[in-house]
Amino acid sequence: MGISVSNISKSYKDVKALQNISFEVKPNELFGLIGPDGAGKTTLFRILTTLLIANEGEATVAGLDVLKDFKEIRKHVGYMPGRFSLYQDLTIEENLNFFATIFGTSIEENYDLIKDIYVQIEPFKDRRAGKLSGGMKQKLALSCALIHKPKVLFLDEPTTGVDPVSRKEFWEMLKRLQQKGITILVSTPYMDEAALCDRIALIQDGEILQIDTPENIVKQYPKTIYDVSANNMYQLINSLKAYQHKHSVYPFGEFVHYTDTRSDFNPKELKTYLEAQNLSNISIERTQATIEDSFMELAK
Amino acid sequence: MNNTNVIQAEGLTKMFGDFTAVNAITFEVKKGEIFGFLGANGAGKTTAIKMLIGISNPTSGQAHVAGFDVSTQAEDIKKNIGYMSQKFALYDDLTVKENITFFGGIYGLTKIKIKEKTKELIEDLGLEEVANQLVGSLPLGWKQKISFSVALLHEPKIVFLDEPTGGVDPITRRQFWEMIYRAAHQGTTIFVTTHYMDEAEYCDRVSIMVNGKIEALDTPKELKKQFQVDSMNDVFLKLARG
Amino acid sequence: MKRFIGFITKEFYHIFRDRRSLFILFGMPIVQILLFGFAITNEINNVDIAILDHSKDATTKEIINKISASKYFSIKQLIEREDDIEAVFKKGKVKAVLNFEKDFSKNLVKDHKATVQIITDATDPNTANTISNYVSSILQKYQQEQNKAIKINYIIVPQPRMVYNPELKSVYMFVPGVMTIILMLVSAMMTSISITREKELGTMEILLVSPIKPFQVIIGKVFPYIFLSIINAIVIVLLSIFIFKMPVQGSLFLLGVESVLFIISALALGILISTISATQQTAMMISLMGLMLPVILLSGFIFPISSMPLPLQIISNAIPAKWFIIILKGIMLKGVGLQFIWKETLILLGMTVFFIGLSVKKYKIRLE
Repeated sequence: MGISVSNISKSYKDVKALQNISFEVKPNELFGLIGPDGAGKTTLFRILTTLLIANEGEATVAGLDVLKDFKEIRKHVGYMPGRFSLYQDLTIEENLNFFATIFGTSIEENYDLIKDIYVQIEPFKDRRAGKLSGGMKQKLALSCALIHKPKVLFLDEPTTGVDPVSRKEFWEMLKRLQQKGITILVSTPYMDEAALCDRIALIQDGEILQIDTPENIVKQYPKTIYDVSANNMYQLINSLKAYQHKHSVYPFGEFVHYTDTRSDFNPKELKTYLEAQNLSNISIERTQATIEDSFMELAK
Repeated sequence: MNNTNVIQAEGLTKMFGDFTAVNAITFEVKKGEIFGFLGANGAGKTTAIKMLIGISNPTSGQAHVAGFDVSTQAEDIKKNIGYMSQKFALYDDLTVKENITFFGGIYGLTKIKIKEKTKELIEDLGLEEVANQLVGSLPLGWKQKISFSVALLHEPKIVFLDEPTGGVDPITRRQFWEMIYRAAHQGTTIFVTTHYMDEAEYCDRVSIMVNGKIEALDTPKELKKQFQVDSMNDVFLKLARG
Repeated sequence: MKRFIGFITKEFYHIFRDRRSLFILFGMPIVQILLFGFAITNEINNVDIAILDHSKDATTKEIINKISASKYFSIKQLIEREDDIEAVFKKGKVKAVLNFEKDFSKNLVKDHKATVQIITDATDPNTANTISNYVSSILQKYQQEQNKAIKINYIIVPQPRMVYNPELKSVYMFVPGVMTIILMLVSAMMTSISITREKELGTMEILLVSPIKPFQVIIGKVFPYIFLSIINAIVIVLLSIFIFKMPVQGSLFLLGVESVLFIISALALGILISTISATQQTAMMISLMGLMLPVILLSGFIFPISSMPLPLQIISNAIPAKWFIIILKGIMLKGVGLQFIWKETLILLGMTVFFIGLSVKKYKIRLE
């Protein structure tokens, strides 16, 4: 009942959107597709939801072939496209009712599945979808995608354009849905959301960089990362970049993540160098790699 | 960063009927500072910014931007600010050079100046190969870098950035922040509005708006300490959830 | 069936919540009919003319009386010499001068032929043309009456346009054309826009990834517009009957059936347009440029097809509106039955089937 993708490739004219993509999503797994805009996430979602046909490769969703059994797949998957895809001029209730009827069901019949989510927007059920806040739209879209009890749920960038509070709530909802036995494939450009998935695939320029649990991906980071800070960020970055032994230098919020080419790197040496560059308040401390560090190292 | 205030707001308020969109906000931004202006949708960010760039009159309170009063000298303010948002950036059907020329023209740069700036910008970003290509054909990351440079064309005192790095790949995003650091280092004030908290981590200081009021204002480090959490995201969650 | 009703309910919500489409649906037909009926008119009223009567006999007097009795002309001046003609025109007092030849009556009896010169001020060529048409029409009428009375054929020049529109009422000519345009616009443009809107919003993606079948989507989209277009057709016919006093000679039932046929062909075109456009804007442009212009220019609505260059005449055959206008004129103005317009009906039917087939074939079950 999961998803299986093997050697999928897709091109638009001369642009290669996906190149030889393979991965498995286990039944009842919360699987994340993590990558920036233009990585090919949406194309992959559209192939899996039978909206596009791949140039090469095969894929099954809930055991059904995306090409041959597309009609059957369409009955059993829930899909939330990247953009806010609901009728703006219909109210919350009308939208939900409409999607229920085209799936041959009713709100009452599947109320228990959407209840958690729907109760949060139900007080506004007579408000038109176009007048809702980002977070509410997102909840409505999720309710609509769930109305027919899908076996597999596809969520394409559900948290884009949504504030942190709604994002957090959304991920909590996904966790609860997973407990109800739904397989979920979710995509996001935000690396910090990766940790919330069971397993993730890092994707860039149509190619998968790595597939594993978020913990393992971080664990496999090959270098020791140091948080470096000083009185002047701009000069700090330039100095680090000019340092002969640097492996990577990436600004990370108030710090710069620095890795060295040498295995016997001594931070004191770096500190001396930075001081010679007229920097002060220098601090160099070991830190843990994040998914973003791993992504950048892999994409390098 | 020195101690000149480039933006200074005192009790800035905007009412729409009975509804107070912006409730007496007071803050200042220093020259060369990277200032994060955060808040959920509907918290009043957009209204506040509209007042700061002189396209909306405050109901009460006052603000000075680049030394000009927002309610009486809006035209002077417009000449001294730059703006870049992810949604509106450049014209996809013009080439890189044409975009630069166009925006230079809008800001009243002389032909010679535009030529000079174009050359400088293209060299700076290493765009020699694509200078005559349509912007639409370039990757998102490049477009954002170009549009930031375009926002700096007329050497504004302050640049307003609206969710500048959403959806961009991590490496390009860092190159973008490096550009921002450089501009700030050269004395341009950067005013970032966003609701992505990881963008907030890069700012020198951030303010967080909740229901029209600034509920927190400090360096990311101090805020994290104050709320005893590890990330700006958690600071925000604590504030917004009350 | 429940799905279908659910879908149609949703479509009606869209239509009734969008002021713009409501206006196109109901405002435009009324505005257009009134505009064409009142503003853009070929009719003339109380035009000042002068008379130069060289014979001054019984016949000319009678004719002059007829002309002055009509509401189209008022005789401003009687002049005596040819030289005065230019003078009255120059003064701008009159738009036309009727010049009866000498011995008008006599010539008519002797040669079965007499001449009256109609001199019109052609600075406004349209009016000039219309005036001369009107005068000819009055003369002809008189001539026919005379012929009937004395049973001798003088000259009979049948003019079809005048037979079917004896009062030369331009609104009679415009109603079929305007009805065609409006049905085309509402049906084709509105459907194509409403389908592309779903594409633009991304809701089409969700509809595709659902058990609802493509033809259910199409029928669900089209049904409300069939309904609304029929209402429009009724409104137009009622307007023409009650405001412009235009009689509908033929069977209203036949008129209804033919209209539904045309509506369906236009809807099929709308679907076809939606399959090739990605945005509402494109759909609108294609509908306007690709459908409206040919309907206005090539259907025979404004410019007679017979006076077009041959290539355009051939192209005009491919335009459903041309056939529908012929059918409409037949039913409304001539009062003919199906036996006279079966050929046009069959052509329209063929086109409809073709468009439906093509749009079903073109309709995508995926995104590309």
